[in-house]
Amino acid sequence: MAEKVMVKGNEAMAEAAVRAGCRIYFGYPITPQSEFIEYMARRMPQIEGVFLQSESEVAAVNMVYGAACTGNRVMTSTSSPGFSLMQEGVSYIAGAMLPAVFVNVVRGGPGLGDIQPAQSDYFQATKGGAHGDYHLIVLAPGSIQESVDLMEDAFRMADEYRMPVLILADGMLGQMMEPVEFPEFVKLEGINDHSAWALRGATGREANKVTSFDIDPVNLEKMNIFIQEIYKRIKAKEVRYETIGLEDAEYMLVGYGTMGRILGSVVKLARSKGIKVGLFRPITLWPFPYAELKKAAEGVKTILTVEMSMGQMVEDVRLAVEGSVPVQFYGRTGGMVPTPDEVLAELLKHV
Amino acid sequence: MTEATYKRPESLAKREFSYCPGCHHGIIHRLVAETIDELSIREKTLMVAPVGCSVFAYEFFDVDGTVAPHGRAPAVATGMKRSLPDRVVFTYQGDGDLAAIGTAEIVHAANRGEKITTIFVNNAIYGMTGGQMAPTTLLGMKTTTSPYGRKSETEGFPLHVSELLKETAGIVYLERVAVSSPQEVRKAKAAIKKAFTVQLKGLGFAMVEVLSTCPTNWGLSPVESIKWLNENMKKEYPLGVFVDKVGDLK
Ligand SMILES: Cc1ncc(C[n+]2csc(CCOP(=O)(O)OP(=O)(O)O)c2C)c(N)n1
Ligand code: SF4
Ligand SMILES: [Mg+2]
Repeated sequence: MAEKVMVKGNEAMAEAAVRAGCRIYFGYPITPQSEFIEYMARRMPQIEGVFLQSESEVAAVNMVYGAACTGNRVMTSTSSPGFSLMQEGVSYIAGAMLPAVFVNVVRGGPGLGDIQPAQSDYFQATKGGAHGDYHLIVLAPGSIQESVDLMEDAFRMADEYRMPVLILADGMLGQMMEPVEFPEFVKLEGINDHSAWALRGATGREANKVTSFDIDPVNLEKMNIFIQEIYKRIKAKEVRYETIGLEDAEYMLVGYGTMGRILGSVVKLARSKGIKVGLFRPITLWPFPYAELKKAAEGVKTILTVEMSMGQMVEDVRLAVEGSVPVQFYGRTGGMVPTPDEVLAELLKHV
Repeated sequence: MTEATYKRPESLAKREFSYCPGCHHGIIHRLVAETIDELSIREKTLMVAPVGCSVFAYEFFDVDGTVAPHGRAPAVATGMKRSLPDRVVFTYQGDGDLAAIGTAEIVHAANRGEKITTIFVNNAIYGMTGGQMAPTTLLGMKTTTSPYGRKSETEGFPLHVSELLKETAGIVYLERVAVSSPQEVRKAKAAIKKAFTVQLKGLGFAMVEVLSTCPTNWGLSPVESIKWLNENMKKEYPLGVFVDKVGDLK
């Protein structure tokens, strides 16, 4: 077993990416993510990797597109306004079926907003922030350790499904320090062989073309249907979530990421007062665990969804339970983080 | 027996160009393809096509290729080259693509001395979308979005990209050429070959700006277009070498 080290979330995710075989990083500084790019600036030269600070997030995402065309593992990290700027490129990457990993350390919005933790980019992440019929795989870690553990999976899924994967963190996860155990370095041989389609020079084969472009609507529809088939496979295989204390729960809390973790404390607090509360914490936000959540909600009286936003994931919670259980919502936004006491007080209103 | 004096360069795919009669995109493609053949780099070349009339360039060249989002080709090429430094990477971009929406990307790629090659095709108009004004459109020139002629008071002045880029330290070779006569075609070919050679030697960024025609959207015949280019475009955009540090860096 590797020993635990104290690290800041941003740096832990960056090191985890390196261990997951990422040797190419492009990015642009933005709070509360800057330790990520700074870590990569130090780390990549030590391992003969590529680090480049781009002139904008627009350029960064297109550099990611270019490197992804060659089939090598590549990533970028940013925070909300920067991810908005990357959307055009994200859509092209999805359309061209390129593997790439993104980290969005979400901060308060809209607009310039502030630099405090938030979850108000859920719609952008899960419902398509740019044009076209596409999705990202969206992973929402609830702790620094989990963000480290998910990183290898993020690159694995990007390679396997040839699509962009987003780790949706928040300012809290990026900024806090925790003891973390890092995995071993991944051996890439054989697990990301993209030689069939990647652009590496047409040596002894026909030229490869990688684009999100097809002028013929018949073909473009086919391409879209092909991508949708991949999405179906992902929905069947990759859904992830965590539950706490749902066995005898009368009330169910739902939250993801940092909020999901805070709700873990609320469960303890409520149970110490004799209220039977459980937690459902989605880890994949896309694909969302609709069926699993519905099943988990069987027999509970009320669901309280809590977010660091004015209510975005709650729409998916309602879709999941299809009216079988009343779904209440509590949220703070703009960088405000609900405390366990605050959430408990809200829960008591529905008990 | 007759001998074939004109052959399709190997680096051009066996496809018909989609360009209008009298359009210079086709000539410029041919010069790039001949260069790739002569340098024997077809099997290690990656190309980045733009959004514009030459969006299909990724199909016309028989090399590995992609299409960048509008204006972003230099960033895409940067990603490729940084990932595979021993490959040859080039962008092919129009003036709307490079001089309007993609200004930031070209300036910074040049300034970083990115070891890529850019072929910049300036026809003073947005060809693909139907003849709208470009930053390179001449004063007084009528386009579908400057129907009364471009006025400096409201639309600013023709943007001289090569003159602007020559100040960036990372640029090693920069020339503006035309392909309106056989002599010019020969000069353009030499410039393009030199721009690729700069990359092969790992010296830095190189770009060739090619003044080009758009008979369709200029509303002129192919012959009139060449005359118009010679009389008007060359005055605004004089041909010549802006940067050549190849000798210093050898
Ligand atoms: C983001 C975005 N904005 C606008 C367009 C529409 N568009 C396509 S080509 C083009 C202009 C191309 O002009 P130019 O680069 O000069 O190339 P030409 O066709 O003249 O060779 C525009 C505005 C687009 N495809 N994407
Ligand atoms: S519209 Fe203009 S630039 Fe486009 S192919 Fe026709 S002549 Fe060439
Ligand atoms: Mg043009």
